[in-house]
Amino acid sequence: MIAASLVLGVSFGYLLLLFAIAAFGDRRAALGRSVIDNAWIYALSLAVYCTAWTYFGSVGRAAGSGVWFLPIYLGPMLAMLLAWVVVRKMIRIAQTYRITSIADFLASRYGKSPLLAALVTLITVVGIVPYIALQLKAISAGYHVLTTGQQAPGLPVIAWWQDGTLLVALALAAFTIIFGTRHLDSAERHEGMVAAIAFESIVKLVAFLSVGAFVTWGLFDGMADIWSRGQTFPELRALLRLGGESGAASFGYAQWFALTLLSMLSVLLLPRQFQMMVVECVDEQHLRRAAWVFPAYLLLINVFVLPIAIGGQVIFGPGRMDAETFVLSLPLAHGAPALALFAYVGGLSAATGMLIVETIAVSTMVCNDLVMPSLLRLSGFGGRAGGDLTQQLLNIRRCAILAVLLLGYLYFHLAGEAYALVSIGLISFAAVAQFAPALLVGMYWRGGTRAGALGGLLGGFALWAYTLMLPSVAKSGWIPVKFVAHGPFGIELLAPERLFGLNGLDNLTHSLFWSLLINVGLYIGLSLWRGPSAREASQALLFVDVFERGRASGQAAPVFWRGRARLEDLTMLASRLLGANRARQLFEEHAREIGVADVRNLLADARLVDRVERQLTGAVGSASARVLVASVVQEEPLAIDDVIEILDEASQLRGYARALEDKSRSLELATAELRGANEQLQSLDHLKDDFMSSVTHELRTPLTSIRALSELMLDAPDMEVDQREEFLRIVVSESERLSRLVNQVLDLAKIESGHAEWHNTDVDMAKLVANAVRAASGLFRERGAAVELSLPDQVPLIRADPDRLTQVMLNLLSNAAKFVPAEAGKVGVVLRTDGDGLVVEVRDNGPGVPLAEQATVFEKFRQGGDAQNRPPGTGLGLPICRQIVDHFGGRMWLESESGEGACFAFRLPLRPAEDQETP
Amino acid sequence: MSFKVLIADDEPNIVVSLEFMMKREGYEVLVARDGRQALEAIRRERPQLVLLDAMMPGMSGFDVCEAVRADGAVRDTRILMLTAKGRDTDVARGVGVGADAYMTKPFSTRDLMQKVRDMLA
Repeated sequence: MIAASLVLGVSFGYLLLLFAIAAFGDRRAALGRSVIDNAWIYALSLAVYCTAWTYFGSVGRAAGSGVWFLPIYLGPMLAMLLAWVVVRKMIRIAQTYRITSIADFLASRYGKSPLLAALVTLITVVGIVPYIALQLKAISAGYHVLTTGQQAPGLPVIAWWQDGTLLVALALAAFTIIFGTRHLDSAERHEGMVAAIAFESIVKLVAFLSVGAFVTWGLFDGMADIWSRGQTFPELRALLRLGGESGAASFGYAQWFALTLLSMLSVLLLPRQFQMMVVECVDEQHLRRAAWVFPAYLLLINVFVLPIAIGGQVIFGPGRMDAETFVLSLPLAHGAPALALFAYVGGLSAATGMLIVETIAVSTMVCNDLVMPSLLRLSGFGGRAGGDLTQQLLNIRRCAILAVLLLGYLYFHLAGEAYALVSIGLISFAAVAQFAPALLVGMYWRGGTRAGALGGLLGGFALWAYTLMLPSVAKSGWIPVKFVAHGPFGIELLAPERLFGLNGLDNLTHSLFWSLLINVGLYIGLSLWRGPSAREASQALLFVDVFERGRASGQAAPVFWRGRARLEDLTMLASRLLGANRARQLFEEHAREIGVADVRNLLADARLVDRVERQLTGAVGSASARVLVASVVQEEPLAIDDVIEILDEASQLRGYARALEDKSRSLELATAELRGANEQLQSLDHLKDDFMSSVTHELRTPLTSIRALSELMLDAPDMEVDQREEFLRIVVSESERLSRLVNQVLDLAKIESGHAEWHNTDVDMAKLVANAVRAASGLFRERGAAVELSLPDQVPLIRADPDRLTQVMLNLLSNAAKFVPAEAGKVGVVLRTDGDGLVVEVRDNGPGVPLAEQATVFEKFRQGGDAQNRPPGTGLGLPICRQIVDHFGGRMWLESESGEGACFAFRLPLRPAEDQETP
Repeated sequence: MSFKVLIADDEPNIVVSLEFMMKREGYEVLVARDGRQALEAIRRERPQLVLLDAMMPGMSGFDVCEAVRADGAVRDTRILMLTAKGRDTDVARGVGVGADAYMTKPFSTRDLMQKVRDMLA
C-alpha cells in the first residue's frame, strides 16, 4: 500500500512534467525549430494507440483467453504495411485541402456535406465517450489498487468533489485547452502536445517493460519457469494453446480475422490515430520510419503480456485477483512499491495520452461539425456579420473539450462497473470501423456519392448499435436481458446477437459482419443507384487524384468554382475567422505567388476564393467553410458538365504546357544538331584549309628552285658549263617533282571525292605482284638491292581494278627501294592467303620508321626520313595507297621497329562488300 | 669587308641557288639543314645575316628567330625570313617573332639580292 497523498502527488507531478514538455515543444515551434519534425517522434506519437486499455486490459484479456489479446496489435502491424500507400494518400489529401478531422475528411470527400460531417461526429461521440470513460476508470481503479492494495469496489465511495479521477479529468481538460486550443491554427497542428504524447509513449513502454522484467526474472526464473508452473493449473494450460481447452481444431479463425481486421481499421480511423498520423504529420517522409518503428513498439509492449498474465495467476491463484490490475498488484504484493508507483505512472501516461488526443480530435469535430453549423444558421453569425470570431471559436472548442471529458466522466460513473475494459474498447473500435467503406473506398473510387456514404454510415451504425451497443447495455442491467436472448417481442430472428439466425459467431464478429455488410452494401448500392452531383464529383476527383492534381504535383490544380466575388468580402470573412494578422498573411502570400505587387489589386477570382475557403476549412471544417464562403460571394451553381469543362480547361492548360515543353525540347535538339553540323563543317573547312596550305607549300618549293636558278642563268650568260648543267638538271628534276605532285593531288582529290574511275575485273594477285616486282626491278638494280619474292602457287581471284593495285604495289616497292641502304638492300615481297582475304607484305632492311612517326605515316605530306637524305617524294604516295586499299574494303598498315627495317602490308578481302563494287 | 651569311633551309636545291647568289656577291656562306643546326651556327659563327626558311623539320624558322631574339649574344643578327606559305597569318607571325624582313617563295633573285644588300648596308 502506498499513501494516497504520495500517489496523488506523483500523479500531478507527472502531469506538470507533461505541461512543461508541451510548453517547451510549443516554444520551440514558435521559434521555428520544431522538435517534432522527426520521424522517431512521429512514430512514438502513433503509439497513442496503446491506451490504458493496452496497459491494463491486455493482461486481463490474456489472463482470460490466452493469445486473444494479440489480434488487437497484429491489425495495426498489418495496416502499417500499407502505410506508404494508404496513409500517405490520407496525409496528402488532408494537408492539401487542410482537413483537420476524420469527420471533415468524409464530409469534404462527399461534396463538403454538413449532414455527413454531423453524422460522423455523432457516431464518433457515441462510440468514443465510453472509451474515454474507460480511461478514467483505469486511472481510478489503479489509484484504488495502489492506495488500498485491493481491487476497486463498485463506485468511489467518496463524494465527487473529493474524487481524484475527476481532478485528473479536469487537469487533462486544462492541459488540452492550453495546448490544444492556444490558437486557431489552420493546419490544426499542436507541436507541444505531440511532443508530450511522444514522451508519454516512452514512459508507458519503459514502465510496462520494467514490470514485465520484474515479474519474469524477479518473481520467476524466466519465461520458461512461468510456462512450466502455469502448466500445473488446468485453467491456465488452456491459455497456452491456440484453441483453448478443446485444442487447435476449434480455433476461432473467423473471430481472429474479425479482430485483426477491426484493429487494422481502428489504427487508421480512430479519431486520435487520425489526429496523430494524418493531422499532426509534419512530413510524409516520416511515414517510412514509422512504418516499422510503430509495429516494433507494439511488439515490444506485448512481449510481457502473457508472462504477467500467467505469472499473476500462478501467484495469486487463478481467478482470485482481477488480472487487469496485475501490473500494479504484483509489484505491490512483492515489496516493490516504487515499481508499482512507476507502473501506475505508466498506466496514467497511457490513459492521459489517449484522453488528450482523443479529446482534441473529438472537440474539433464537435465544434466544427455540430456547433458551427447551428451557429451559422443563427442571424448575426453568418458570413456577412461583423466582428472577430476567432476568440469565440476557440471558446467553443474549449467548452467542447470540457464537455467531452465530463461526458466521459459521467459515463464512467453511470456505467463504470458494468463491463470489462476490453469489451468497451472493442465496441468503440467497431463504431469507428463504420467509417472504413466511405473513407477508404472513397479515396480510390470516384463513383462513391454522398447518399451512399450517408446510407452506409447510418445503416452500419444502426446495426452496430443494435447488435453490439444494445446488448452491452442490456448486460449492464438497464434493459431486460431477455431481449438479447430471445429478440424483441420474442422474435428470435431479430435477436441482436443472432440476427437472422446467424449462429456460431461471437457477438463482436457477428456485429462486425452485419454492420459492415449493410454499410458496404448501402454505400455501393446507393452510389451506383444515383450518380454524384457536380460538387461530389469534383471533390471525388480532388481526393482520388490528389497525387496528380494536388498543389505539390507542380501543376495547376483545377478549381471547381464559378461565380463573382469581391475582394473586400473575402478579406473581411478571412479576418473574422482567422484574425486580422493571419488573414493579411494569407492575401499577401497569394499576391506574391501570382506575382501581384499590391494586395489591393488582387483579383477575386476562383483561385483566390478557393484559397480562402481552404484556409477557413482548417479553422472551421470544410462544410462550414463552404457555407461561410457561399454566404459572401455570388456563386453559379455547378452542374456536372461544368465540372467536366473545368477539368478539360485544366487538362488543356496542362496539354499546352506539355506541348510547349515538347516544342522547346525539340528546338533545343535541333539547335544541338545544327551546332554539331556546323562544328563538323568548320573542322572540314579547317582540314581543307590545311590541305590547301600544304599543297601551296609543296608547289612553291620546287617553283622556288626553278625560278631562282633560271633567273641566275639568265643573268649570267657567261656561266660555266658545269655550273649551268647542274642548274639545268635541278630545274628538270624539280619540274618533274612539280608535275608528279600535281598528278597525285588530282588523283587523291578524285578518289576522295568519289569521282575516280574504277575498272574492276577479276584479278590474279599472284600475277599482279610478280609483274609489279618485275616493273620495279630497274629501281632495285640501281640501288644494288636484292628482291626476294614469295608467292603461293595459286590464289583465289579477287574483284578489283588491277591498274590501281599495281599503283599501290609500285608505290610500296619504290618506297622500299628509296630507303634500303645502298648496295646492301634487301627487299622481301610476300603474298599469302589469310582467312577470307589476301595479304601482301613489302619488307625492307632500311632505317625503319620511328615510333613517333608511325601514327602519321599515312597522312598527307608526311614524308619519312630527314629532308636532307630523303629521296624525292610528294608525301602523297602512301595516303593514295591507303585510299585505294580502303576502296576495295581492305586495310593497310605498317609494322616497324626503328633500325630494323619497315614492313608495309595490306589485306584485301576475297569478297568485298557490295557497296565497294562501285564503278 | 666580307659579310658572313648563313643559309638555313631543308630544301637542298634552294640552298644551291641561294649559295650561288651569296657567293657571287662575295659573302662568306654558311649552310644549315635544319633549325637546330641554324641556331648552333648563329651562336658559333655570329653571321651578320641569316636567310631563314620558316618551315623546317624539328625546330621551325619561327622558333629559331625567337631563340635568337631572346639570346643577348646574338640578338642583333639580321634575319630575312623566307617562306613557301603565303598566308597573311604566316607573314604576321614572322614579323611577330622578330624577323627583320620577310619574303615569300618563289622569290625574284634580284629583289632578294637587293633586300640582302640593304640589310647589310
